[in-house]
Amino acid sequence: MLAYLLRRLVYVVPVALGVSLICFMLVHIAPGDPLVAVMPLDATAEQEAEMRAAYGFDKPLPVQFGLWVAKAATGDLGRSISTGRPVAGEVMTAVGNTLVLAAAASLIGFPLGLLCGFVAGYFRDTGVDRAVTALAITGVSVPNYWLGMVLVIVFSVTLGWLPAMGAGPGGSRDWGWDAEHLRYLVLPAVTLAVVPMGIVARTVRALVGDILSQEFVQALYAKGLMHGGVLRHVVRNAAPTALAVMGLQLGYLLGGSILIETVFNWPGTGFLLSNAIFQRDLPLLQGTILVLALFFVAVNLLVDLAQTVIDPRIKRT
Amino acid sequence: MAVITESIAAPVERTQGYWSGVARRFRRDPVAVGCAVLLLLLILAAIFAPYLGLADPYAGSMARRLRRIGTPGFPLGTDELGRDMLARLVYGGRLTLFLGITPVVAAFCIGTVLGLVAGYVGGRTNTVIMRLVDVFFAFPSVLLAIAISGALGAGIVNSLVSLTIVFVPPITRVAESVTASVRSLDYVDAARASGAGAFTIVRVHVLGNVLGPIFVYATSLTSVSMILAAGLSFLGLGVKPPEPEWGLMLNTLRTAIYINPWVAALPGLMIFVTSLCLNLVSDGLRSAMNVRD
Repeated sequence: MLAYLLRRLVYVVPVALGVSLICFMLVHIAPGDPLVAVMPLDATAEQEAEMRAAYGFDKPLPVQFGLWVAKAATGDLGRSISTGRPVAGEVMTAVGNTLVLAAAASLIGFPLGLLCGFVAGYFRDTGVDRAVTALAITGVSVPNYWLGMVLVIVFSVTLGWLPAMGAGPGGSRDWGWDAEHLRYLVLPAVTLAVVPMGIVARTVRALVGDILSQEFVQALYAKGLMHGGVLRHVVRNAAPTALAVMGLQLGYLLGGSILIETVFNWPGTGFLLSNAIFQRDLPLLQGTILVLALFFVAVNLLVDLAQTVIDPRIKRT
Repeated sequence: MAVITESIAAPVERTQGYWSGVARRFRRDPVAVGCAVLLLLLILAAIFAPYLGLADPYAGSMARRLRRIGTPGFPLGTDELGRDMLARLVYGGRLTLFLGITPVVAAFCIGTVLGLVAGYVGGRTNTVIMRLVDVFFAFPSVLLAIAISGALGAGIVNSLVSLTIVFVPPITRVAESVTASVRSLDYVDAARASGAGAFTIVRVHVLGNVLGPIFVYATSLTSVSMILAAGLSFLGLGVKPPEPEWGLMLNTLRTAIYINPWVAALPGLMIFVTSLCLNLVSDGLRSAMNVRD
């Protein structure tokens, strides 16, 4: 067990390095000179060379990669080309806001998905099951950026109940845990929760159905357990897989909120990314994506470890 | 004599191939069939859009901006530049469907080859390919698509490239796992023992058994691909104006939600309906082909 945990931890290193390499290459697959945005039009060749050296673009690629990773490991992601501020600081503020949104969406989507999936799986082939299945497939199929727009049309434009844009009154960028800020959280969080809800419901339904058709369930009934007792065994059996799916979805929420943040002008990583893309601010793009991908790697690792701990059948050596 | 021949021939005639069995089971699923028909209609409408007698999807007029649904002459209203919504929605299907389906087809071809090689050859080749795939799995798909598109810049080709890169790793993973399971079956060993070369074994014995599951998996990705492709255009990273494309139309109409909300929501409804049909057809195929995930 301990050996497995250690090996799983060590295995993260090459993946993280691979992720860094892809993020690093993003700047180099980009067409044009990454410095074009900051270089004054009348820059002399000398100034240009100086600036190239300042950003480290004058060295060979593998050296640049090595230096970049070494600096990233100490928390230095370089400077934003458009604002000149350190990328790390900007990314961390934005990640905070994205985490608030992702956490709220998980709190809405996961319990609902678990409940729906469980009920549908338990009462298979009934009206409830068909309704949940229809709801789940709708949730998986809906383009969430459009759903966000529709919710804005209904609840902001038509009914006027909730604010349509931003993360706080007066376009504030700082999140606070009060009623006024929470009102801004409702629509984007609900929008973001729909896809994970659908996926969790679908998975849990299939899982519960499979478990109920296994022989041990009949054995449980035969030894005289009532529905509640059997249910406990089903939950215990479904938990590891359900947990894994939820962990993955949490990771997707972190990376997948970009479109939703654009729809709602939410000042998170999506906002930062679209700024970076349209101002061709490649260090900012690189840094944001690196941080989000590393978060995703970490979430996957935690899920894997948690699964090993709660499922006694997984004896990983 | 005739009677005897008939009674012998009859069972042979009735023996069905695998695919006709799949088609028969698929036809028994009314939801999947309905969705398949609707999808076919959408695709045909997109292909034959110029012959449907629609208005010019590029011709706008400031005098008739944002007309409501049901305005005479404009059954689905007009957009923010006064262009006919019905024409733009039908024409929009051309780019959206093309941008959504092509990456999955490309990734299906690349991923199947990679997965077959990794699964059949095994050993170090497998390790190299699958560890590479693992690295791409470390990115949420939306993030990877936006990252690559963002670095490459807006454009149809860049959007196709970035989405293909997103879908190759998951297809490779599925292809590898089914190939590895088929490879260890007795009849493959028998073929190898009888002296068949690796290429022949893969072509004759492996391919037929792995293509089905990989294909079903690929169809389940099509709806995600379409939502992502339209999403890239929605962010301004795909198709450029004035081309009609559902994601881009949704973006340019966002400012109109205070004036004429339901017209603004139409392009997204098209994406939703198409992706719902794609998912239901894929689910129908999965159960018709008895593929389990």
